[in-house]
Amino acid sequence: MTDRPRIARRRSAATLRWLRRSPLVTAGGLVILLYMLAAITAPLLAPHPPLAQLLERRLEPPQPGYPLGLDQLGRDILSRVLFGARLSLLIGLVVVTVAGLLGTTVGVVAGFAGGRIDNVLMRITDVFFAFPSLILAMAIAAALGPSLINTMVAIAVVTWPVYARLSRAQTLVLRRQEFIEAARALGASDARVIARHILPNALSPLIVQASFNMGEAILIAAGLSFIGFGAQPPTPEWGVMISEGRDYITTQWWVPTFPGLAILLAVTGFNLVGDGLRDLLDPRLRRAG
Amino acid sequence: MSRYILGRIASTGLVLVGVSALTFFIAHVVPGDPVLVALGEHAREEQIQAYRRAYGLDRPVVVQYVIYMGRLLRGDLGVSIRTRRPVAVDLRQFLPATVELGTAAWLVAMMLGIPAGILSAIFKDRAFDHLSRIAALIGASMPVFWLGLLLLGNFYFRLHWFPGPGRLDITIDAPPARTGLLLVDALLSADPIAWGNALRHLILPGLTLGLFSTAVVARMTRSAMLEVLYQDYIRTARAKGLSAWRVHLWHALRNAMIPTLTIIGISFGNLLSGAVLTETVFAWPGLGRYATTSAVSLDFPAVVGVTLVAAVIYTLVNLIVDLIYARLDPRVRYD
Repeated sequence: MTDRPRIARRRSAATLRWLRRSPLVTAGGLVILLYMLAAITAPLLAPHPPLAQLLERRLEPPQPGYPLGLDQLGRDILSRVLFGARLSLLIGLVVVTVAGLLGTTVGVVAGFAGGRIDNVLMRITDVFFAFPSLILAMAIAAALGPSLINTMVAIAVVTWPVYARLSRAQTLVLRRQEFIEAARALGASDARVIARHILPNALSPLIVQASFNMGEAILIAAGLSFIGFGAQPPTPEWGVMISEGRDYITTQWWVPTFPGLAILLAVTGFNLVGDGLRDLLDPRLRRAG
Repeated sequence: MSRYILGRIASTGLVLVGVSALTFFIAHVVPGDPVLVALGEHAREEQIQAYRRAYGLDRPVVVQYVIYMGRLLRGDLGVSIRTRRPVAVDLRQFLPATVELGTAAWLVAMMLGIPAGILSAIFKDRAFDHLSRIAALIGASMPVFWLGLLLLGNFYFRLHWFPGPGRLDITIDAPPARTGLLLVDALLSADPIAWGNALRHLILPGLTLGLFSTAVVARMTRSAMLEVLYQDYIRTARAKGLSAWRVHLWHALRNAMIPTLTIIGISFGNLLSGAVLTETVFAWPGLGRYATTSAVSLDFPAVVGVTLVAAVIYTLVNLIVDLIYARLDPRVRYD
């Protein structure tokens, strides 16, 4: 018991060393942290309400008080971009949670059960892999009707199979390890073996995937709202803002440019963290890359 | 060898059956009332009844699925609500534009991505490597539709370096349609003006759609090259005194291209997804734009038709890539 603080200290020192070894993860992590702060404190940070219109000042360029300019309805672009961070991160988190839970469950069950169950579950996974993701997401969103929740459902439906494949591969390797056999010999049930021994050890590639999945979800969600699904105007969502501002790309460039930059930077952040974590966790890459 | 091929073809067949089941589910089970979706909300009662009978919607779902499969196998994808034409006819009309755009994007990805990946691996941890990796990271994180808008806004509206949306200038007569591929049709009818114009129209959307795949191909080529460069036979080749270029391009690249091939198959799905957005931005009359306009007007047969065709094309491309892979890398066959 008295060792706890020391272990914790040692752990945080190890984490620090680890972060120093990967400037990629640190840089991406900082970007994500900034976005999360922006999302949480948007109502405090935003200088104006995101829906408030000043029609007589529409399309004015960036200026003090309106650092990113005003859009076609005289709304403050900075405030809308900040509130957009809330939506995009929320979509990403919900998608990662739902797709991650569903995919991991399918994959672990398939890998653990083996035989016919494995076969059936993996063929179902293959079917989902057969669709280009945005096209399937669009069909689902169209069937369910355009709304934010349906967007999240659609994106989760098209992204869960990756988790299933990854967690199945991990389970197949782990299942044959001696410590699993030992746990079994001690009388652990299947559920306990999965929850206490397989899942914790299968987690690292899933965490890497979660980071990429966040970026992917943000991109697909923005793409869906750009073509008219997903969030609807006047919601301050980045894809909607670009879609509404597309006619001003040359004359009032700030209208569609800043929401696009917001997407680019956020997705870059998640991809950086995913890349960095993958390099750190993959001993093969550490040697070669 | 033949056993691997047969197995791979059989599993592809199984996947395609699954694909049809999933699209059936999306079209017929997910929406509250498929009849209202198909006929629109203002349909009259007689129309609804007739439609139900015609499409067997009064039968159990399993029977409906069998009927649906029968229609699919005959190439019947239903009738589009918006264009009032058979969806299959619509798709045939819009497919060539997407094939042309996709090929352009694919060429961009190969011509930029592979050299960037090779040089990155050879000059690992030097300036070029860092720059190319940063570029690949940004390319993979870029919203396609936003990139398209930026390119269109700057290089068409502002600088007039490239023509605007669409496949041809309005002032130019389209060559007689034989393949639907403008570049090919223009060649066939020996029309250099239409050919040049179509090519110039292809550049901006091709770059837009190709950027994501370029990033993916560059990363894959780099890591495959690095993997190979550490192998013993490369050291042997170097020890024999072969020039660096010969080692890199002849011994290393040949083997590094095999894993890169897989990514070409996988990135094909990204091309199809990206085409939806690129075609919307560039008013490109292809499958993607057909899909979005249909989806926005809730034209279900059309949306499902595009989804199905996209999945079939994607699946077949991956089958072909896998078969080539097995041919190139004997280890796959004997696994």
